[in-house]
Amino acid sequence: MAKYETREIPRTERIPRLVAHLFAKMPEIESARARLITESYRATEDKPIIMRRALAFEHILDNIPIIIREEELIVGSTTIAPRGCQTYPEFSYEWLEAEFDTVERRKADPFYISEQTKKELLEAHTYWKGKTTSELALSLMAEETKKAIDHNMFTPGNYFYNGVGHVTVQYDKVLAAGIEGIIAQAAEELASCQPQDADYCTKSQFLKAVIISCRAVIRYAGRYARLAEQEAASCTDPVRKQELLQIAENCRRVPARGAESFYEACQSFWFVQQLLQIESSGHSISPGRFDQYMYPFYKKDLEEGRLSREFAQELLDCIWVKLNDLNKCRDAASAEGFAGYSLFQNLIVGGQDKDGVDVTNDLSFMCITASAHVFLPQPSLSIRVWNKSPHALLMKAAELTRTGIGLPAYYNDEVIIPSLLSRGLSLEDARDYNIIGCVEPQKAGKTEGWHDAAFYNMCRPLELVFSDGWDRGEKIGPSTGRVEDMTTFEEFYEAYRRQQEYNISLLVNADNAIDTAHAARCPLPFLSCMVEDCIKRGKSVQEGGAVYNFTGPQGFGVANMADSLYAVKTLVFDQKKVTMAEYKRALAMNYGRGFDAVSAGEIVTRILREMEAGGMTVEESQIPGMITAVMNAQPSPEEKKRYDELLELIDQVPKFGNDIEEVDLFARDVAYTYTRPLLQYRNPRGGQFQAGLYPVSANVPLGAQTGATPDGRLAHTPVADGVSPSAGKDVNGPTAAANSVAKLDHGIASNGTLFNQKFHPTALSGEKGLENFVALIRSYFDQKGSHMQFNVVDRQTLLDAQEHPGKYAHLVVRVAGYSALFTTLSKSLQDDIIRRTEQGWGSV
Amino acid sequence: MDDLQVQGRIFDIQRYSIHDGTGIRTICFLKGCVLRCRWCCNPESQEYGIQEMTVGGRKKIIGRDVTVEQVLEIVEKDRPYYNRSGGGLTLSGGESLCQPEFARALLKSAGEAGIRTAMESMGCAEWSVIEGILPFLDHYLMDIKHMNSEKHREYTGRGNGLMLENAKKIADSGMTRLSIRVPVIPGFNHTPQEILEIAAFADSLPGVEDIYLLPYHRLGQDKYEGLGRVYALPHILPPEPEYMETLKQAVENGTSLRCQIGG
Repeated sequence: MAKYETREIPRTERIPRLVAHLFAKMPEIESARARLITESYRATEDKPIIMRRALAFEHILDNIPIIIREEELIVGSTTIAPRGCQTYPEFSYEWLEAEFDTVERRKADPFYISEQTKKELLEAHTYWKGKTTSELALSLMAEETKKAIDHNMFTPGNYFYNGVGHVTVQYDKVLAAGIEGIIAQAAEELASCQPQDADYCTKSQFLKAVIISCRAVIRYAGRYARLAEQEAASCTDPVRKQELLQIAENCRRVPARGAESFYEACQSFWFVQQLLQIESSGHSISPGRFDQYMYPFYKKDLEEGRLSREFAQELLDCIWVKLNDLNKCRDAASAEGFAGYSLFQNLIVGGQDKDGVDVTNDLSFMCITASAHVFLPQPSLSIRVWNKSPHALLMKAAELTRTGIGLPAYYNDEVIIPSLLSRGLSLEDARDYNIIGCVEPQKAGKTEGWHDAAFYNMCRPLELVFSDGWDRGEKIGPSTGRVEDMTTFEEFYEAYRRQQEYNISLLVNADNAIDTAHAARCPLPFLSCMVEDCIKRGKSVQEGGAVYNFTGPQGFGVANMADSLYAVKTLVFDQKKVTMAEYKRALAMNYGRGFDAVSAGEIVTRILREMEAGGMTVEESQIPGMITAVMNAQPSPEEKKRYDELLELIDQVPKFGNDIEEVDLFARDVAYTYTRPLLQYRNPRGGQFQAGLYPVSANVPLGAQTGATPDGRLAHTPVADGVSPSAGKDVNGPTAAANSVAKLDHGIASNGTLFNQKFHPTALSGEKGLENFVALIRSYFDQKGSHMQFNVVDRQTLLDAQEHPGKYAHLVVRVAGYSALFTTLSKSLQDDIIRRTEQGWGSV
Repeated sequence: MDDLQVQGRIFDIQRYSIHDGTGIRTICFLKGCVLRCRWCCNPESQEYGIQEMTVGGRKKIIGRDVTVEQVLEIVEKDRPYYNRSGGGLTLSGGESLCQPEFARALLKSAGEAGIRTAMESMGCAEWSVIEGILPFLDHYLMDIKHMNSEKHREYTGRGNGLMLENAKKIADSGMTRLSIRVPVIPGFNHTPQEILEIAAFADSLPGVEDIYLLPYHRLGQDKYEGLGRVYALPHILPPEPEYMETLKQAVENGTSLRCQIGG
């Protein structure tokens, strides 16, 4: 008998109707959670924080409005409006108030918000002044760190404004023993606490908080059971009536008790997945190895004849729809960086188990089918690839890729497992890894990885090299000397390294301040009870309860820096065709291509600071005129000509992404300037910093904060995404680009790397196209690349979708570590995706 | 002479070619051709001499002299992809047989390095030349354009006698896998009858199992202008996919061959 059944199961008619219902209107912000948490906090000021969190969670779950959407088989909705979102004032709220009137009209991820909701939120927010994690974090940061953030050296915005998320809990534990099993475990641990123990106070409070939270979850499911019964009583359609009664029965049993059927397991999984996101606002709460922990329930039901594969597929499809029902409103700037309403719930199939045996099963295939059936961005479907992955699984995955949905992403066990070993995971745990969010590997149920800890723009420190540590008229970096005085490339490169190291150290400070603030103000008892070894240690993951602790800020712009430094080395020091003074001026003048308002504003700020330092004053009314004057400034024809020559010279310097050994190894070294210094730092949870090299979608907005770079990139245009070559610079075809990228050290970037390729649909046409595509992935992985993802769509389609968004409401594309609906992305991000090199064949 | 040092003249190397032969391949295009097909999509391949062509508004030199070693250095870079996909090196042109020593040395050296080889060729050369190459060739992708020698001459500049004769000899030798490829050119050979005649001939060759019908395309048209030449077929349109499908059906019904549209 075959190890798995690969036969395709058709989609039921219910699924497109569920999807249509979900997308009928713009998502909406609701106020229920904010009101309830504020009520609870007002009543618990005398209690320890962990207890306040549990009581607030309980108060929310007992009172938040609930709904069963039409035709649902899996229930549990965080908002009454489809795809709506709640808010989380305990992390931050001021940005939302400031954006009340623009959030509905903004380009990236707009949300509807009613006047009534605004009023209710404003009322709730009066309580939170001075009490949020972001305010505490800010007060914990060093002055120079705050300055670096102000100057856009890096942005820790994600956890600064929001919950952390970025975790995979022990779903398997809930499925097996139920929430009651966890309560029993906590109660047992509590019974063993002695009042004279040093940690009695904190541990006993934590365990009581766990028990309160767990009981609240069971009651919440009970509310759904009652609602389903009520709806069944008044339901005239006998089929739906029966469905509602089954839902009621499920919610009576799970997640309280261990699941006894596949259907119950699905419902139990869903409550955990949903409620984690009510407890805190974190995204990237990732289901992980869903095909593994669900399989025993599927197999048993199938063998006992209680389940058809058709119904199992429909249940999976329903979960896939539900994963798109959850939503989150971010501040306008972050929304650009995480564009596409994405929650990054990464669900991974295939790969090996803790003993190193391939464990691909029926569900691995059915999960891929579910993504094809539902055709929505969530979950972020991923696939683990290793030398013994069945060919059939990869072909099935490739078929999904060919649809253009940008799913799945492919991950290489052969790189990730040794990489995790090097970070102290046991062999068994490393083999059992899954992916969090975009590309971040970890061991489920044991890790607090802080995987998405900051965006670090590798281009900005190079700007500080050219300015000797000055930015907009302020000294923000170390003095590394005047570039005009540098006589060797080594000296120049060393200056870059020093600017990097300084900013990385500030980044560490920023993350640790935020980390400390989360532990102090927002420990999460419900999440923590499903992560080892919190119950035993008697503390939350935020306080260091997890077995493995990391902080993983992600750097990007590797390709720009490799190309930039290589161009400076070649043109200034090797060939001596350009002087450093010329280069510096060309960058300051944006290669004579004019200044946009942002650049002009920066230049004027600098001039004003200098004038101020010199004791001169300027009337505020004069400033707009100064900005206009800068924007209109034109270089002389001779100067313009020289800039054109320089751009031509830069164009001729070999670029990363073309399989040129010398350039690629140079890029490898440049990546080390970010990945290596981070490793020496520790976080407050007792864990280590580790680098990722991926941008989410921040390469566009953060590129907009970056001046011209020596690789010929103009000011404020996007920087390269992930470890991919700069858009349009890889001209030798996909194999050459992949070979170049594989020459970076992916193992040291143990928080993940991201490699994007875009293919024209013809490259994947027919069986042969799929075979060659799978071979391409395999070959990149043979060379120790870590991750690969694809957009398969022709340029014409994307341009047309920009022009006529209405026609393409469901066009899904790969952005960075995730897929999103193309038409929901901002124009500049759309342009960035269109600009990525489209791979056909490559001429050498 | 050391095979690696043999020189030849090429005009391009394309990596990640997935439409010419098995798997992911690197194609080396040799410069110079014996025919002058009116529809040729690589007109810069025809002259052996190095030329200048305007590409995207810029002058580009077409043709460079390289050694076998230099070509293999590039071919070598994609070995992992050949291993995973069953691909390898493909020689194309022009007509590779116009540079027999270079073609032979390149194929031989690739084979010795463990890289599978294929060649796209019309077989338009003395048999002794082809015979010298066959031991080093895994897959011969042979173009047959028309069974009528006169019509062949009219559209390509030469009759087809030598090529058909060589096709037989190659098939009889049993030294390489032989596949037949037919460019389907409206107005020249596009009728089911003309295609079937070629297919019947291919079917008569021992060992030949597949035939590829390559629909005419106009991607080469701009190059004529870039070379200062006039495109001889400005008015013909690429055949519709449905039409190609009927040809494929006709071939499969009329012969024992597997027929595929496109490379």
